[in-house]
Amino acid sequence: MRQIETAAITKAVKEAAIAANYDLGEDILAALKRGEQEEESPSGREIFRQLVENAGIACNERVPLCQDCGLAVIFVELGQEVQIVGGDFEQAIQEGVRQGYGEGFLRKSLCHPLTRANTGDNTPAVIHTEIVPGDRLKITVVPKGGGSENMSRVHMLKPAEGRAGVIEKVVATVKEAGPNPCPPIIVGVGIGGTFERAALLAKKALLRELGSPNPDPELAALEQEMFQQVNDLGIGPQGLGGRITAMAVHVLMQPSHIASLPVAVNIQCHSSRHKEAVL
Amino acid sequence: MSKTVKLNPPLIDKDVEVLEIGDRVLVSGVIYTARDAAHKRLVDLLAAGQELPVDFKGQILYYVGPSPARPGRVIGAAGPTTSYRMDSYTPTMLQLGLKAMIGKGKRSPEVIAALQQYKAVYLGATGGAGALISQCIKKAQVVAFPELGPEAVHRLEVENLPAIVINDCQGRDLYELGVKQYRRTTDTRMEPTVCR
Ligand code: SF4
Repeated sequence: MRQIETAAITKAVKEAAIAANYDLGEDILAALKRGEQEEESPSGREIFRQLVENAGIACNERVPLCQDCGLAVIFVELGQEVQIVGGDFEQAIQEGVRQGYGEGFLRKSLCHPLTRANTGDNTPAVIHTEIVPGDRLKITVVPKGGGSENMSRVHMLKPAEGRAGVIEKVVATVKEAGPNPCPPIIVGVGIGGTFERAALLAKKALLRELGSPNPDPELAALEQEMFQQVNDLGIGPQGLGGRITAMAVHVLMQPSHIASLPVAVNIQCHSSRHKEAVL
Repeated sequence: MSKTVKLNPPLIDKDVEVLEIGDRVLVSGVIYTARDAAHKRLVDLLAAGQELPVDFKGQILYYVGPSPARPGRVIGAAGPTTSYRMDSYTPTMLQLGLKAMIGKGKRSPEVIAALQQYKAVYLGATGGAGALISQCIKKAQVVAFPELGPEAVHRLEVENLPAIVINDCQGRDLYELGVKQYRRTTDTRMEPTVCR
């Protein structure tokens, strides 16, 4: 058994939360720069220009990329040969979020759902843990903004609606969202599993490197079709009209019940922030 | 052709009447912030017949909940939040004489109609450009509801804060018209479908 101290976990989460909010990933930045060249609409090109400039200011001046520093979603892959020592695993993660959002001057955006009283430290984070082979611990911190999360949907289709029905729902969800989730967006799609698994797949799909192909040829073709149709909507950057509504569509799929065809669409704004740490 | 207009609140009817959808505006001077919780407080105060902490006549309201300022800085990131959540409060705010709102995302038909009725405009700032927009903010001060944290009402002094006219006082909607210009059906699509 390889031992990992909870203190190391707290530190890793804290650093990843801060880095995610200040340093936009290279893949996203490259896509924004490409958009600045390729978008046909002049106002759309101006938006891309602003977003590239925004990323530069965030990184150099240490101002968060977006004032909505997100609800911290944490994906954990815990090697089965790892033993966590020194305290409670989930508490260590929550403490990392607390410290990161405090010391990093990040906005605390969590509240009691009904009274709306702010929790004050951006906890609790939403943690998804998977046990995997090996002796490593991989933690990915994904600050998820409210604007794009609010436009996300889960649809329970009839199996007869099939592939065409899935594409239709994805396109309809993006259309309904319009300018609200800060396009240009990335569309995460989860197909199959159960109600909650489809949503989780959709969120996980967002973590794939932007511009990298789906390794499954069937899904790659599906992504291409959805991508085309989503961009045919003409919503464009910030919804002002343009060719680039989505920078990518990412799909994950797994078998579903014979009676079901769950489809989840998790919309991610251009402020697609995630940083990982491997211990 | 869209134009660029400088806006310096307080505004009068004449200032907003010339604005058309697609126009770029640069806002300088004093503006106020409010988002979900502050709107609820303001409307509750009105319902209770109490005085508001700010006179909104002729003013511009920015829908934003900034991130905390680092020591020595004016403010943290300060981009717009999604406006539809404020829709139900907006006709009341317009009735008080509010002349413009800055946010992002679609407004309801009721808001668009109220903009016509009260002669006011809705402006879109770039969602997710919080670091960039923060550089236009020269002073920030909480003027009401400090207990709401990022949702408190701030008085901001801004210089050339960039936005675009989304809904003008003639009832037009840039989100509708701009998108129409770029929408493609399968027949009008130019490029062939490429499979990777
Ligand atoms: S949707 Fe994303 S970019 Fe837009 S305000 Fe929310 S977090 Fe920021």
